[in-house]
Amino acid sequence: MATITYRDALNQALREELQHDDRVFLMGEEVAEYDGAYKVSRGLLKEFGPKRIVDTPIAELGFAGIGVGAAMVGLRPVIEMMTWNFALLAIDQIVNAAAKMRYMSGGQFGVPVVFRGPGGAALQLAAQHSQAFESWYAHIPGLKVVTPATPADAKGLLKSAIRDDDPVVFLEGEMLYNNKGEVPDGEHLVPIGSAEIKRPGTDVTLICHSKTVAVCLKAADQLAELGVQAEVVDLRTIRPLDTGTILGSVTRTNRCVVVEEGWPFAGVGAQIVDLIQRDAFDALDAPIIRVTGADVPMPYNRQLEKSSKPDAGKVVDAAKQVLYMVGS
Amino acid sequence: MATSTKPERTTGGADAAELHLRYLRQMLLMRVFEEKAGEAYSLGKIGGFCHLYIGQEAVAVGSIAALRPDDYITTAYRDHGQALARGMTARAVMAELFGKATGCSKGKGGSMHLFDAGLGFLGGHGIVGSHIPIAAGAAFAIKYRGGDQVSVCYFGEAAANIGAFHETLNMASLWDLPAVFICENNGYGMGTAVARASAVKNLSVRGNAYDMPAETVDGQDVLVVREAMDRAVARARTESKPTLLEIRTYRFVGHSMSDAAHGTYRSKDEVEEYRRRDPIKVLAEQMRAAGSLDDARWSALEAEVKAEVDDAYTFAEESPDPDPSELFTDVYAPEQGR
Repeated sequence: MATITYRDALNQALREELQHDDRVFLMGEEVAEYDGAYKVSRGLLKEFGPKRIVDTPIAELGFAGIGVGAAMVGLRPVIEMMTWNFALLAIDQIVNAAAKMRYMSGGQFGVPVVFRGPGGAALQLAAQHSQAFESWYAHIPGLKVVTPATPADAKGLLKSAIRDDDPVVFLEGEMLYNNKGEVPDGEHLVPIGSAEIKRPGTDVTLICHSKTVAVCLKAADQLAELGVQAEVVDLRTIRPLDTGTILGSVTRTNRCVVVEEGWPFAGVGAQIVDLIQRDAFDALDAPIIRVTGADVPMPYNRQLEKSSKPDAGKVVDAAKQVLYMVGS
Repeated sequence: MATSTKPERTTGGADAAELHLRYLRQMLLMRVFEEKAGEAYSLGKIGGFCHLYIGQEAVAVGSIAALRPDDYITTAYRDHGQALARGMTARAVMAELFGKATGCSKGKGGSMHLFDAGLGFLGGHGIVGSHIPIAAGAAFAIKYRGGDQVSVCYFGEAAANIGAFHETLNMASLWDLPAVFICENNGYGMGTAVARASAVKNLSVRGNAYDMPAETVDGQDVLVVREAMDRAVARARTESKPTLLEIRTYRFVGHSMSDAAHGTYRSKDEVEEYRRRDPIKVLAEQMRAAGSLDDARWSALEAEVKAEVDDAYTFAEESPDPDPSELFTDVYAPEQGR
């Protein structure tokens, strides 16, 4: 097992899939000569040439559509969005075209494309550059939505996404790119649609994905000091949702906190709370509490930004509430 | 109606006569098919939106005739004409309009979403201009694989004002993609006249912004369309260069089934004036002048086409609805489940 960064794990996944399948190409802004705005594609132009590593003009809608069309006739495009904020310019292609093509063609045209790039907030990038859009895409039948938290999952899930026959929205994190972790040697694939228990526990389930996995692991450490064994469930994929792992954990712990970086209204957590109250109602010993980003556009000021984001303290407080430990 | 080119054409010879008869038959099939579809719509047998192509038939027929079976076609929601010209059967298209299981998209697409993978027909798209980059994606794939196919995209003149058009033309020219962009200028984007929506009068000049060869073509004469398309297809196939064709045409009916042919945004006189250049009439007159069409042949053709459309109508009516289980199929690739 090698310890590498999340960025390098993604780079390995791209390199291996480019080697594995000559239908795979990478297209986006600054992916080739600049080696990627976040250096995820470093060295790929040199290795695979400009036919397969394609720099584009700033035209998200256009090149997203080119990815859809190329996928319809048999290629496996990986379309990089410099950030998911910019992908709003291309959402017509993702939602109206990629997600619908198989269905409205009566099964004749699948769209095996991956749209990938960093989502959510980084540091002090303010309102237009700090948005977590997973619930938007997860709302759409026809799309798969993947949100890896660790280098191993980033690599294994990106490889699976590229091999997938359906359009995949792959949300990375700018704040995750430098994180290091162990990645298994050799061929490493993580199936789409499978959550993972990142830390087992018996007293409360913390459900999270992407950047909030680290938040929940930190909260679990703090809770352990209070004698509470928290189980951390990393969704890894938002759609299709691994309902079995979620329900299994909550059935064991009887208490649950759902954590996400995005906004509260109709967020990912709302869907999970719906699932649990419907299918594990009798297992619950307390109402579920959600910890989310504040319901505001992201402020620039460092302190305001910090206070808008989920953090370990907020998760610990929520866990104490569902454990009726408030005041302790 | 201005045309930049009126090259000499082949009007003589047995081969030409046969070809012209084929064009005439295809245009007549579209016309009769769509008149029948309009009737079915009024009877509630066809739902949703239904955009007829009546008046524009020469564009699809003349351009698709220049293609090979392995070329790709992507079009907007006014797609019945292109589908029939490409060789989709009247049965498969009519059944799709009826939403039946035997339709070309299994009844899940409807009028706006006709697809046929076997014919390289990449749809029937309902968002104005959204399919223009998709067609460029097919052209990108052709070039990527080193093939010599061509990807053709049809869109209305109103779509030439949307960002996707400009982004796509820029990249198609920048990357030398083997594509033909056919702007079917029928004068109106829904009820908005082109002069009220576009700063330039001649939409083909927009090719200049992207260093892309472009021409304005008379879309009521199928032979002129064919010739212009031959030039564009040759450029794509042999030089891997895109072309923008602005093909001037006119729709004799409303934007969709929900609006009248005239009265609000255009006059009855205007529609009647354009009807004088009905593409079917234009070709039929040329053929009569060349001696390749007479009354007997015309009557036989009409009867043949009517029979084909009647058969398609009966087929569509008698076909079953999709099985209720089809609601949940084709959302994701089958082997992967959800």
